[in-house]
Amino acid sequence: MQISQTYRLQFFVLFIALIAAFLVNLSIGSVSIPIDEIVSIFSGNGASKETWRYIIMDYRLPKAITAMLAGGGLAVSGLLMQTLFRNPLAGPFVLGLSSGASLGVAILILGASAFGGFFGTLLLSQWSLVVASALGSFLVLLAVLAVTFRIKDTMAILIIGLMFGSVTTAVVSVLSYFSNAEQLQQYIFWSFGSLGNQSWQGVLILSLCFIAGILLSVFSSKSLNGLLLGENYAKSMGLHIKRTTFIIILATSILAGSITAFVGPIAFVGLAVPHLVRQFYKTSNHLVLLPAVLLCGSLLMLICDTVAQLPFSEFTLPINAITSLIGAPVVIWLLVRKRKLFF
Amino acid sequence: MNSEEKNIILEARNLSVGYSTKDADSVIAEAVNFSILKGELVGLVGANGIGKSTLLRTLTGMQNALDGTIFLNGRNLNEYSSFQLATHLSVVLTEAPASKNLSVLEMISLGRQPYTNWIGTLSEEDKKAINFALEATETTTLAHRKCYELSDGQMQRVAIARALAQDTPIIILDEPTTHLDIYHRAYVLKLLKKLASETQKTILFSTHEIDLAIQLTDKLLVMATNATYFDDPCKLIEAGRFDSLFPKETIDFDGKTGRFKIKN
Repeated sequence: MQISQTYRLQFFVLFIALIAAFLVNLSIGSVSIPIDEIVSIFSGNGASKETWRYIIMDYRLPKAITAMLAGGGLAVSGLLMQTLFRNPLAGPFVLGLSSGASLGVAILILGASAFGGFFGTLLLSQWSLVVASALGSFLVLLAVLAVTFRIKDTMAILIIGLMFGSVTTAVVSVLSYFSNAEQLQQYIFWSFGSLGNQSWQGVLILSLCFIAGILLSVFSSKSLNGLLLGENYAKSMGLHIKRTTFIIILATSILAGSITAFVGPIAFVGLAVPHLVRQFYKTSNHLVLLPAVLLCGSLLMLICDTVAQLPFSEFTLPINAITSLIGAPVVIWLLVRKRKLFF
Repeated sequence: MNSEEKNIILEARNLSVGYSTKDADSVIAEAVNFSILKGELVGLVGANGIGKSTLLRTLTGMQNALDGTIFLNGRNLNEYSSFQLATHLSVVLTEAPASKNLSVLEMISLGRQPYTNWIGTLSEEDKKAINFALEATETTTLAHRKCYELSDGQMQRVAIARALAQDTPIIILDEPTTHLDIYHRAYVLKLLKKLASETQKTILFSTHEIDLAIQLTDKLLVMATNATYFDDPCKLIEAGRFDSLFPKETIDFDGKTGRFKIKN
């Protein structure tokens, strides 16, 4: 399968849109900063106000980069899961990764009172949330991979992933039942998702995980295309099904797991963006879909984040709500207009 | 080694197929013996549930044999990796592709996967094979249509084209004529006949069109309740092998016309 000239042009247009959205995202917020000032900050000339430079470099830039990594990464892992399970309802979290992360965070927040005092507050620093969330996803990932090695049927893996999700959600419910209002609020704020407050180290770690996940996905693109014909056909064309399944699940886990660890369980993007892209590109070729989904996911997340920070106001809405509020009507509108779900 | 033996491409010796569970093996068909030569068109017939698909799945390496051996080019089938097998044997299955959002050209191009590089770039040779597959199945005009736009008959031609693009000496088809009208049934079988004689590919297909298969195939593999027979269609008729295929009170085989007749 080849990438034609038209696709290259569309990628270029998407890329330009992404850069525009990136600059607008940096410019708008509780304090509005003109775009020429931003360009001047990037080119090393400094801004007319030192606080602007500080806002851009230490707050908005890491946030915008995190938004792009999270949007692109979640969208790609959604695409991987939809193709692996040949199911348009699959998303990055079908295998229970976000539930695992929630469990890790829930145990940390709701269990922190057990340690009490100074140690308790130390436990609740930003990094400990990241570590707890990553550990939670990682444990679920290990369980899912162990199942993958034993079970041939991908549909069975899907159901088992859902079951893992149910179990961890249930444990979180039990934990919440026994915790106080303040802890619950803290947990719920985490579950809203947040792109802000990222340190540059955090962005760096997230970028490394992102690159690893994307590379694995690109390496799987030929296998993913083969899987479009179904498992039996793919196998008859020489595809090693178990190894392919393993690599695809690993890539998804690295992407979705690391993103959830840093920004919380952001729903919707992973499920919806692959469908959006299929509506426009009308192909199932992953050599086209992967870059398109990556760019569209980043773009959508940047736009959502721009809206979420409610320009010219002090408030920031939860990103998790905005992605669904903006995205869901778009998907519904597309499906109603075209009356056809391409898969 | 005489010339006949040299030309054997697919051989089953005392093969038994079925499903094995922890407690016991459930044998579906046993003592299957046949040897198929290069360039032969072979039909596989038998009643529903007799194990045609199970046998084909075993021959294509999708499931393991319970007993006996399959030889592909004189080498045990188990010794082939799935990657090696993909250059010897291609399949046309009863299942539709999981994604029908592929264009015909994309679907046929996927048949080149065993030969393309890590990202699936098509070389000149790949394009030649794809064009040959398009022409041979008369699907060139459909190339840019989507799979969901095709009729069952067109879809079956595309599925065969994909197998052709895989360019393997053996093609195995599971009920390629099901769901097709009588014209397309004849078309598909004639296409298989033409491919076998013109490209020297060995083609094995299962079918319920016993009368069409008798007219067209070089050999037939008949799966009856208690035994499996492999021979020329004419010899099979002489030996009365079709008589025991179905319950006689409902349908009867007429050896003179080579057709089944409904009993009143």
